Amino acid sequence: MFLRMGKRVGITLFSIAAVIVITFALTRILPGDTAEYFAGPAATKEAIQEVRVKLGLDKPKYQQFIRYVQDLSRGDFGQSLTTGQPVIRDLTARLPASAELTLAGLIVSILIAIPLGVLAAVKEGSFIDHISRVVATAGVSLPVFFTGLLLSYFFYFKLGWAPSPLGRLDIIYSAPPQVTGFYLIDSLIAGDLEVFWAALKQLILPAATLAIFSLAPITRMTRASMLAVLSSDFVRTARASGLSTRKVILTYAFRNALLPVITTLGMVFSFLLGANVLVEKVFAWPGIGSYAVEALIASDFAPVQGFVLVMAVMYVLLNLMIDLLYGVIDPRVRMAA
Amino acid sequence: MKRRDFLKSAGALAASTALTAPAVFSPAKAQSRAETLLIVSEGGPNNIDIHGVGTNVPGYEVAWNCYSRLISQEMKKLPNGVEYYDKDKFKPELAEDMKLADMSATFKLRKDAKFHDGTPITAKDVKWSLDRAVTVGGFPTFQMRAGSLEKPEQFVVVDDHTVRVDFLRKDKLTIPDLAVVVPVVMHSELVKKHATEKDPWGLDYTKQNIAGGGPYNVAKWTPGTEVIFERNENYKLGPLPKTKRIVWRIVPSAGNRRALLERGDADISYELPNKDFVELKQSGKLSIVSTPFSNGIQYLGMNVTKPPFDNIKVRQAVAYAVPYQKIVDAVLYGLAGKVYGAPANKQTEVAWPQAHKYNTDIAKAKKLMEEAGYKDGFETTLSFDLNFAGVNEPSCVLIQESLAQIGIKTTINKVPGANWRTELNKKVMPLYVNVFSGWLDYPEYFFRWCYHGSNSIFNTMSYQSKEMDKFIDGARDAAAIGDKATYDKDVKGMVDLAFADIPRIPLFQPYSNVAMQKNVSGYQYWFHRRLDYRTLAKG
Repeated sequence: MFLRMGKRVGITLFSIAAVIVITFALTRILPGDTAEYFAGPAATKEAIQEVRVKLGLDKPKYQQFIRYVQDLSRGDFGQSLTTGQPVIRDLTARLPASAELTLAGLIVSILIAIPLGVLAAVKEGSFIDHISRVVATAGVSLPVFFTGLLLSYFFYFKLGWAPSPLGRLDIIYSAPPQVTGFYLIDSLIAGDLEVFWAALKQLILPAATLAIFSLAPITRMTRASMLAVLSSDFVRTARASGLSTRKVILTYAFRNALLPVITTLGMVFSFLLGANVLVEKVFAWPGIGSYAVEALIASDFAPVQGFVLVMAVMYVLLNLMIDLLYGVIDPRVRMAA
Repeated sequence: MKRRDFLKSAGALAASTALTAPAVFSPAKAQSRAETLLIVSEGGPNNIDIHGVGTNVPGYEVAWNCYSRLISQEMKKLPNGVEYYDKDKFKPELAEDMKLADMSATFKLRKDAKFHDGTPITAKDVKWSLDRAVTVGGFPTFQMRAGSLEKPEQFVVVDDHTVRVDFLRKDKLTIPDLAVVVPVVMHSELVKKHATEKDPWGLDYTKQNIAGGGPYNVAKWTPGTEVIFERNENYKLGPLPKTKRIVWRIVPSAGNRRALLERGDADISYELPNKDFVELKQSGKLSIVSTPFSNGIQYLGMNVTKPPFDNIKVRQAVAYAVPYQKIVDAVLYGLAGKVYGAPANKQTEVAWPQAHKYNTDIAKAKKLMEEAGYKDGFETTLSFDLNFAGVNEPSCVLIQESLAQIGIKTTINKVPGANWRTELNKKVMPLYVNVFSGWLDYPEYFFRWCYHGSNSIFNTMSYQSKEMDKFIDGARDAAAIGDKATYDKDVKGMVDLAFADIPRIPLFQPYSNVAMQKNVSGYQYWFHRRLDYRTLAKG
């Protein structure tokens, strides 16, 4: 067990190192000259050179890389030129926004998709099975920014039910004192129900957008894996022994069907972090996705590198967590190790 | 505690929460919404110091509203009722009096002027700030130089409330250049406290902190998300600003900005696509103000150093092939100034921009191509900046279509915004669409950037003409000594030559479009094309 974990951590460290090298190389290969971009529209050649020296871009690439790694080891991700802040501060300020949104979307999605998938499998070929197929296909085939704009068009513009798509809070409220960075939790800690309600309202549409997008893989995977389990021997035995349908499905079948679903959830979560970029743009959500895109457009290397690094670390941790979850859900995985 | 008591108190607690929960609109918050102006736009500032490294255009808006300058420009009313800056009339801002001598200008400062923290603004702050502008390098220094403001020795402290600016040479642009966004007055003691050996001008501090005494102060800035401004309640340099609080939210999606306006949630927005502006104008629910860019032109440029565009006949042929009216109608929905097709007998004016005499005339263009020796045409690339794809892309497609009719086959080359300036600076693109507009509204200022042989970055065509240089230098010298006859002759000369040689073809004069709620008043058009919050009011 420990050996296996050790090996895993080793592989993890290696992949993070690879990510550092690759992002550094990629951002340097991209077209566009940071110095010229930031010297402004009326810059002379000398002014551009001044900016270049200030940013350390006149040095050879390997020296830039060494400096970059040294800074990283001190926890310094560099300065963002577009926001003018240290990258680490930007990322820590914006990560909770993305995380809150992604988690909310995922939870909504799970709450709908898993029961839908289980029902579709139990009543295979029925009306509910077809509904689940249609919903899932429609959700995944609509691009997220389109669903986002469509939802905001109907629920905000036409019906006026949703609040204005202006980010995490309406302008008359100020953010609750930061504890976790999740407005829903922080506002409860501060005991400010007004802000909690306001933050929740802002969250509904973007979270629904993400949920719609991620319904398909979760529903389909739950259905397929439930079908496989339902036709297996032990379920037949359980049924033959006269256990109630409820007990058979929820206790025996569902638990065994959960493993592939968890794997899919891990994948969906990473999907959603990517899909976030567009949803954040549509709803003016101040998350890390929109941050990275803006930085990329401006040839601003440091935030892009920081973003990719943080994402890589998150994926790695997520996979680790899923591996551990396997052990909890399925004793066979524990035993095998 | 007994079980019964506990249940009772729990019940009471539940009841009290139930009572507070529905009170979503507390009166205090409704009040603050009425005193708040909400501005939405596509991008926000990256630096709130105009002297900073790489401060972007939204950053200019913050600097304009949070700092004061010695002098500013008066307003005048355009025929359509829009308040527009008067480039020739100056009013005191921080200075209560300006005395012009032959080779200097002396400014008497107001004695009641204070920075946001209450420290009086004195002459040493003015000198320190102007020294900073001409020394830090990059854009601010460059802009100061345009008005012959180049050395710290030019700024002299006479006494605590008097500053003298010595002229290096006679230049009509020196005084106007003191009223642009760059020469702000900073709290020198405050910034010096945060300066380090590596950063002697405290740029790291002012990047995120305002150290000024302008009409507004930044209360909170979340980069990429919002900027919140509070009014400076002790503002003495003019009338107290009308709105207490300004919230500027960044909403990247143009569709949502429009929805916010139409539903009445946002008060002001600019940077909407032209189509949206036209539709909003027709719907009549909002007030829409379209003002031509002062001293600005969108043009089709040609690299004159290499064949085929080194041939003047080819350039003229292109000028006769451009579908000017189609671009104005189909791309800009009519929201643009016409700069083509002047009647043949029209006298050249002493003004810029003005219309040239080219018209869409394919037959004439074909004939010119034949005379140039390109009967069978040629192939080339047509480049544009993706940052402004909304206007650039359809314009280029229309131009491509027209040029195909005279045998010029073009491939469209879309250049990412980050790369555009690099490409311009190389000066190798054969054919491209670009825009230029000058803060200082003088023809010779525009021409110095765009046509002069000193080959600045905006002379994107690498155009060289001794004759042109003579006109431009002549106009500058004549303006400095007030020789109107020579000035007029030289300006007409440069305009005529620019149209005859036609290294760049003016396409249209872009409009600055602002949409706001009907109850918002006080919009003013400034040379920097950003909002001035002082006069904006709601209700």
